[in-house]
Amino acid sequence: MRVLNSLGSLWERLFHRSTKNAEMEEELRSHIEHRADDLERSGLDRTEAERRARVEFGGYERYRQESHEAVGGQFFETVLADIRFSLRMLRKSPGFTIAAVLTLALAIGANAVVFAVLNALILRPIHAPEPQSLYAIQRGSDEAINHSYPDYRDLRDRNRSFDGLTAYNLASVGLDTGNNPTPAWIYEVTANYFDALKINPYLGRFFHASDEHGANSAPYIVLSYAYWQSRFQSDRGVVGRVVQLNKHPFTILGVAPPEFRGTLSFIFPDFWAPMVNQEQIEGSTVLNERGHRELLMVLGHLKAGVTPAQAIADLNSVGSYLEKTYPKEDGNMTFSLARPGLAGDWFGRPLRAFLVGLMMLAGLILLAACANLGSLFAARAADRGREVALRLALGASRRRILRGLFTEAILISLAGGTVGLAGSVALLRWLSAWRPLSSSPLQVAVNPDAKVYLVALLLALASGFLFGAVPVRQVLRTDPYQVVKSGSSVRMGQRMTVRDLLLVVQIAICAVLVTSSMVAVRGLMRSLESNFGFEPQNAMLLQTTLTMAGYMGERVPAMQRRMIDAVETIPGVKSVGSVDRPPLHYGANIANVFIDRTTDLKPANAAAQAAMYRISPEYFDAAGTAFLSGRALNWHDDKNAPRVAVVNRQFANKIFGSVPRAIGGYYKSGDGSRIQVVGIVEDGKYGTLTEDLQPAMFLSLLQSPSPVTSLVVRSHRDPGQLAAAIKSKVRELDQGLPVDIQTWNRELEGALFASRMATISLGVMGVMGAVLAITGIFGMAAYSVSKRLRELGIRIALGAQRKQVLEAALGRALRLLAFGSAAGLVLGVLASRVLAYIVYQATPRDPLVLACVVLAMLLLGLLATWIPAQRALSVNPLILLRDE
Amino acid sequence: MGDQAQLLPGTLDLLILRAVSLGPLHGYGILLRIGQISGNALLIEQGALYPGLFRLVRQGLLKANWGTSENNRRAKFYELTAAGRRRLREETDSWNRLATAIGTALAVQPEEI
Repeated sequence: MRVLNSLGSLWERLFHRSTKNAEMEEELRSHIEHRADDLERSGLDRTEAERRARVEFGGYERYRQESHEAVGGQFFETVLADIRFSLRMLRKSPGFTIAAVLTLALAIGANAVVFAVLNALILRPIHAPEPQSLYAIQRGSDEAINHSYPDYRDLRDRNRSFDGLTAYNLASVGLDTGNNPTPAWIYEVTANYFDALKINPYLGRFFHASDEHGANSAPYIVLSYAYWQSRFQSDRGVVGRVVQLNKHPFTILGVAPPEFRGTLSFIFPDFWAPMVNQEQIEGSTVLNERGHRELLMVLGHLKAGVTPAQAIADLNSVGSYLEKTYPKEDGNMTFSLARPGLAGDWFGRPLRAFLVGLMMLAGLILLAACANLGSLFAARAADRGREVALRLALGASRRRILRGLFTEAILISLAGGTVGLAGSVALLRWLSAWRPLSSSPLQVAVNPDAKVYLVALLLALASGFLFGAVPVRQVLRTDPYQVVKSGSSVRMGQRMTVRDLLLVVQIAICAVLVTSSMVAVRGLMRSLESNFGFEPQNAMLLQTTLTMAGYMGERVPAMQRRMIDAVETIPGVKSVGSVDRPPLHYGANIANVFIDRTTDLKPANAAAQAAMYRISPEYFDAAGTAFLSGRALNWHDDKNAPRVAVVNRQFANKIFGSVPRAIGGYYKSGDGSRIQVVGIVEDGKYGTLTEDLQPAMFLSLLQSPSPVTSLVVRSHRDPGQLAAAIKSKVRELDQGLPVDIQTWNRELEGALFASRMATISLGVMGVMGAVLAITGIFGMAAYSVSKRLRELGIRIALGAQRKQVLEAALGRALRLLAFGSAAGLVLGVLASRVLAYIVYQATPRDPLVLACVVLAMLLLGLLATWIPAQRALSVNPLILLRDE
Repeated sequence: MGDQAQLLPGTLDLLILRAVSLGPLHGYGILLRIGQISGNALLIEQGALYPGLFRLVRQGLLKANWGTSENNRRAKFYELTAAGRRRLREETDSWNRLATAIGTALAVQPEEI
């Protein structure tokens, strides 16, 4: 109500303003006429009397304005008047206005997007009640967040600091609601998951700890809101329905609230299922194996009043109990706490560093844009020196003039902010809906919230004040009499003006941006060229998990062999091999290996941790991995034969000392079985692109079976046709097996995703920097040419050569450009060291990169000065000298 | 003209109040009245009167109504409000005290100390 009232009175004031003004004018006029009447009576004629009366009255405008202020309550009016005046001024120079608004829109848009991503991934906690007391438990000095189920149970039951601990795991399953098996991503959770997180159902009910009664006792699922909408069309009748999950009946219990999308910020499950049913869901269960740390995360709320430090001490005492009780499986059981959203610190820390770095670059862009606009504003204020001087001479206060200038700056910054925000909101909407990788549920909800809008508004206002403040000193120093007398306030040939300094700063910033983006792009190119230890070209990948169609035990390798044999019959297929999980597929399976002499197989005694792959005999052929020596695996290396493995060169060197000594040698796996090395293959990349050389071992899928299956199909045929042919072959074998077929290159996008995203974002920053450099140099060059057209005309008339004219017109701009670029290049090289942490093989001390940056800045300079140079050269001295 | 005195800051308001206290006046009339009662000894730029007038109206010391002047022109007539009358009394007292003090101070002869 109060708001309405004050709005009403504001309206009234605005409405009555014109009558009030008119009254004031009338009163002042009445005064002058009365005086004129008196003067007329003293003998002057009427015209002369009125003139005298006006002179005697004094500065009419000044007193009118002072009266205005004396009446008071004019704040809104003066602001409105300033805004109207500024709009008129801006309309008079549309080119300037559009350029300024677009520059700012770009800069503020970039900041809003980066901030929104930062906000979504780092600042915003996951959507659960009381997020500030929610922590995930990390183990050991390498801050691993994975734990084994028995360890989890001990932690849950023995700690005194948490209000319930829950755990979950990611799994890919086939969901069949009636003859339509489709893959879905789920969280396998402990049954107390929703209770521990304090989430209430949107529909139906959740499962609880009391629903767990041993293996496969809780065949229930809870749908996510989004999946309920997309897969079940928001049908409220789904509660109680029975669906087939990997061929096992599960009952839908309920639907989670829309805002709760799981406990990771970037992987949203389609639904949740109890972990006690792991055997049905994944085909095998590791819930009883303390050495298998396959839980993705253990998390819970701290009890009220318990500090994180107290909780860590409590957990560590449980840890030392575990080390003592289970020396074989548990070593290094010290704990730390982390926020759950980013899957702990090992992943969260580099991501955070990268996003903060990106935010700083975006800030630099805004700074460069402000420098750009600041120099434009200063130039504009200089051009308007005469107007300002006249207004000062006529009695306007300097404060009023400055307020006008600031109003202009703020108007531009608000317009730029609005346009930029609108653009970034569109981009963010698209990003939120984007599923970048077809083979994983990676997704980020970066929808802008109030914080993003607020930050954009604040940035817009701050930058408005920043670049609006540049011409202040200029205005304050204006001497009206000097300007009115001599006609112009432009002084040429000063040593270094604020404008020059701003231009150098701006170019330096832009050079930093260009350098970093080039370093990143170059790093990505190298990482694409590096040797993966396999050949993703001309290879298709068929991925499935056989448990989705109910295969268990002995039937798993048998089915894998049938699939290989079937796909091999497709014309044009050169070779087919099977591997449980292809290299670079979101990390690798890591296992402890021991030298043959070791008898006490506890983790601390492991000789190495090696990437482990379970392959069919033809895998190396199909994958294009080079064989170095020894023999390959064959179909006779089965359950009844001695256990054998092929290892990579690094494994041979690390465990056996050299390749020749490795052939025929034995090592031990964590379960104590002796394995003989029969062959050696080249090294490759297994977990990430940036890893150092890693030991790897390749076991026979007959000797250590896994239902996770990736067929590598090498062929020169068209991928589309080949995929269709493979699909129909697999259909012939089993109708109900959901499969995912794509080229290996496509599948690798996941491995390259991080550095590719980093490169794209840095590339965009670089392009923005380049654009800002162009507009900045262009503005400066165009301005200096336009100011000196007369001088240039005289020079040409006196016989100056093209070179001399160009030197006079643009020499200064180019010198500033060179100076700024050099400074920026040095800073960029320093900044790029930070990049080396994120972008694989990014090194700033790369002559090619440095050459590219220099070349780019040169080209930018040429491009930006081209039009002003043409204008300077085409000056017609006759026309110019005739004017004025 | 040459022997006119500059106004001390703040005294214009007091003069306006005094001029209006002798009867309702329009702006130009106030100026004439000030000239008349001060013996034309004060230099006031005519326009400078108006910001002062508006300020006094806003402070509630004067009230204004449109009327017709002796020249048969529309003009705004000012008169004192009760608050204005009170203010004039206070200001006059304090001015007198100030003037007496300064006058005494300036009139002191060396032998009187």
